Amino acid sequence: MSNKLLEIKNLKTSFYINDGYYAAVDDVTLTVNKNEILGIVGESGSGKSALAFSVMGLHTRAKMEGNIFFNGKDIVNVSKSELNKMRGNEMAMIFQDPLTALNPLMEIGAQISETFILHRPTMTRRERKDRVIELLKMVGIPRPEYVFSQFPHELSGGMRQRVMIAIAIANQPKLLIADEPTTALDVTIQAQILDLIRELKATIESGVILITHDLGVVAEMADRVAVVYAGQIVEIANVYTLFKKPLHPYTRSLLHSVPADGQDKLHVIHGIVPSLKHLPREGCRFAHRIPWMDASDHEENPILHEVEPGHYVRCTCYKNFSLQEDESKEA
Amino acid sequence: MWKFIVRRLVITFPQLILLSVLIFLLAQAMPGDALTGLVDPNIDPATIDEQREKLGLNKPWYEKYIEWVGGVFQGDLGQSFRYKIPVTDLIEERIVNTFWLSVATLIFTYMIAVPLGMISGRYNDTILDSSITGYTYIGFATPLFIFALVMLWIFGYHLQWFPTGGSVAPELKPGTLEYVLSRIQHLLLPALSIALIQTVSTVQYLRSEIVDTKQKDFIITARAKGASESRVYNRHILRNSLLPIAAFFGYEITTLITGTIFIEQIFSFPGMGQLFIESVLQRDFSVVNAVVLLFGAAAIVGALLSDIILSIVDPRIRIK
Repeated sequence: MSNKLLEIKNLKTSFYINDGYYAAVDDVTLTVNKNEILGIVGESGSGKSALAFSVMGLHTRAKMEGNIFFNGKDIVNVSKSELNKMRGNEMAMIFQDPLTALNPLMEIGAQISETFILHRPTMTRRERKDRVIELLKMVGIPRPEYVFSQFPHELSGGMRQRVMIAIAIANQPKLLIADEPTTALDVTIQAQILDLIRELKATIESGVILITHDLGVVAEMADRVAVVYAGQIVEIANVYTLFKKPLHPYTRSLLHSVPADGQDKLHVIHGIVPSLKHLPREGCRFAHRIPWMDASDHEENPILHEVEPGHYVRCTCYKNFSLQEDESKEA
Repeated sequence: MWKFIVRRLVITFPQLILLSVLIFLLAQAMPGDALTGLVDPNIDPATIDEQREKLGLNKPWYEKYIEWVGGVFQGDLGQSFRYKIPVTDLIEERIVNTFWLSVATLIFTYMIAVPLGMISGRYNDTILDSSITGYTYIGFATPLFIFALVMLWIFGYHLQWFPTGGSVAPELKPGTLEYVLSRIQHLLLPALSIALIQTVSTVQYLRSEIVDTKQKDFIITARAKGASESRVYNRHILRNSLLPIAAFFGYEITTLITGTIFIEQIFSFPGMGQLFIESVLQRDFSVVNAVVLLFGAAAIVGALLSDIILSIVDPRIRIK
């Protein structure tokens, strides 16, 4: 068996808006290996979460094309019941906002136990409770016996995110998707949660997709990084290469927008991510945000070029690219 | 939990006292009294005045109020001027009828509202949903007294499936099975008439709650756990959507009272509503006071029940 856990090939996820389908995830191809953390970075609205939801099959009204091979099996068009057998069992997800991701009317214990009721029907009530308490201990919740019968509103945000993680890892999934798991938490809690995810990944040896817009988190956690812009992967490389030798204009702009020592003014990328309906569907999608570049620098139909083994960049515009401050934002 | 209920009960006492004062003053403000129109107009006005004095009708309102409240506390609601029997006796037989009518109506209301609201909310913006929503709009627009008359005319008069009046067939003895069945048969049509109209607000409420709840993040969590759609709806969405419906329950009792007043009149059903209208028309104030007091108390108890139910089902508002 190969080392590939998840293989996404030419995935296109489209949503119906007013008059037609618009792709939020467009022609994404990537792999996640076993025991690896793949970071996915991009601005808000770049399609990171849409990609994660596609893998989990959580979109209710989307058109999905392409293939997602999970352990060699294509899961794009599997039946709902087959998908339900996998979700929460072989693959699991941690969500962005722990404050709203738990059912307010269910006890913590019952919410974690539900994953066992669904996927381990032979477990007795007693076994489930023991296992839940073990899990709560594992994710670092003090007094797990007491928390077992508490309700979400009685816990802090950090504790609730720990509960979410406990739900996700309950059945030791092979693939864990963390969709901005620390965005809603304060900085000290962020570090704890990230440590926890890393530790657990090592214990259950699963592949992890870590979605974030925080480059610091990616640098610290990920083995490989995919940079997403407007639904497409624009650059993918291992974490060292990406931070040392970023190629794509978008990656370089992003890295340059992070506050650093001795810098008195932050770099601002020109313009905003266009909305789903107004995405340029032809040519380099990043072109209008680097308007000083010549049209001839871009490819007509930008594809991913493998510049080094394992390092892919979309479009040819990176070759002549130099950073420029956005003059329009001055004054 | 018990502390919460006790605290909530304590709040109801000032409400009841205020209610009783209000009712009493309103009754006093109505023109005429029990002697108006009852006595022979040829009698000397002085004699009538004497009679008023004797009956205590000329005392200031607060004295009359204190007398009345004192009586209420001892279970004495006064004497009906019209029937010449204690009000409690008069109410006793009626209240049982209205109670069962209300229970039947509530059962029908929720039996209609819950499945319709669930279907409408789950399959929102489909033809099925549109037809259910269409029904609720018709329900909102239809006055209950017209609808009840139509029901009576179709099912009572034309098809003769149901009796057109009374609360039980006259020849039956209490305690027999036929007696109970006859009472149920008399209840069905009035109860259904109220329920079909008054359920529409609950249907719409439940629908919008479900539409709202199904977009919540914790529903995605449930799906990500691998829960099937039916489990997601039954375990996660429905329970969260029923919360406001539980809160609605108290209000439901209040609208029920208005409902029964119309319905009992139309179906000549001997209950509190019918008694209320009759006594108002006959200026039988001791009866009016008693009936309105009981209606008011029912509304207050309804609100109390709502709060208690809500505190049981929603852990967030349990007072520690």
